[in-house]
Amino acid sequence: MAYTLISSQTLASSAASVTFSSIPSTYKDLVLRVSARSDSAGTFTYHKITFNGSASGYSQTYIYGNGSTAGTGLTSANTEIDGYYIPRAGATASTFSSDEYYIPSYLVAQNKPLSANIIRENNTTAADIYAYAGLYSNTSTISSIAFVPNAGNYVTGSSFYLYGIN
Amino acid sequence: MAITYDLISSQTLASAASSITFSSIAASWTDLRLVLTGGITVAGSPTLRFNSDATTNYSITTLYGNGTSALSTSQTSTNKIALGDAGNSNVYLWTVDIFSYAGSTYKTTLGTSASDDNGSGQVSNIVGLWRSTSAITSLTINGSGNLKSGTTATLYGIKAA
Repeated sequence: MAYTLISSQTLASSAASVTFSSIPSTYKDLVLRVSARSDSAGTFTYHKITFNGSASGYSQTYIYGNGSTAGTGLTSANTEIDGYYIPRAGATASTFSSDEYYIPSYLVAQNKPLSANIIRENNTTAADIYAYAGLYSNTSTISSIAFVPNAGNYVTGSSFYLYGIN
Repeated sequence: MAITYDLISSQTLASAASSITFSSIAASWTDLRLVLTGGITVAGSPTLRFNSDATTNYSITTLYGNGTSALSTSQTSTNKIALGDAGNSNVYLWTVDIFSYAGSTYKTTLGTSASDDNGSGQVSNIVGLWRSTSAITSLTINGSGNLKSGTTATLYGIKAA
């Protein structure tokens, strides 16, 4: 599992979205590591994650714990993968999410499963950890990945790293 | 990110098969990482065994959610490590980290499974134990039913720091 950095983006100013495009077809799997925060009002929001600019074919099952409750949920036939949660303006200052996404066999002509872990720790009771099983029901090669916060913009310092694995 | 993972071997099934085996695993690394992606012909859990040991030397503790229930379960003195339940209609992902596989202490594992079927699914984290002091030199993944054609299993070695 040689991790090769394909591309990274650390925001020097706020941004409404982050996209990795023209992902090379030279790896087996992809890994994304993200640290993000939104500038919108409130304490938390989530990523809307799409592949190849497509707005259909996404579903997910997740489990979470927030310090007092463990729960689970799912979405189906969605327009994006929803990555819960990222802090926003009302959350503890200088706290960012810690996300990792694993996308195997992104070049293979089959539906694309993925796993993810997203952590939001901020020294309050409004913290949580999520583990995901995701699915992109599309057999196309993944050539681009986009992140959009559901509310506001990503703040300066948010970082997005895309690795290829062989 | 420093390259600390070595590809040991990767197998992709050209046709459905009951199992995939990695054998003659050298003691050249600190830990192993297994990535399995593909499908199974019968809904359930693929399983893992080390060194062909089919005795009750295994145990697991699982945390999982299926969209309705978030639960934790355990199995003691089982004859294999379950990798996590999935359906049989899609492509899924399982990963397993195997720690200190070449040492003389009991072997621990940390697994994840991601199996979503667009309206149902399961996500799991599974810790496992193989109560053996032998170095792991082979591992076998068994399907639930068979492993489907196109299923890929990749084994990596993680270098010592």
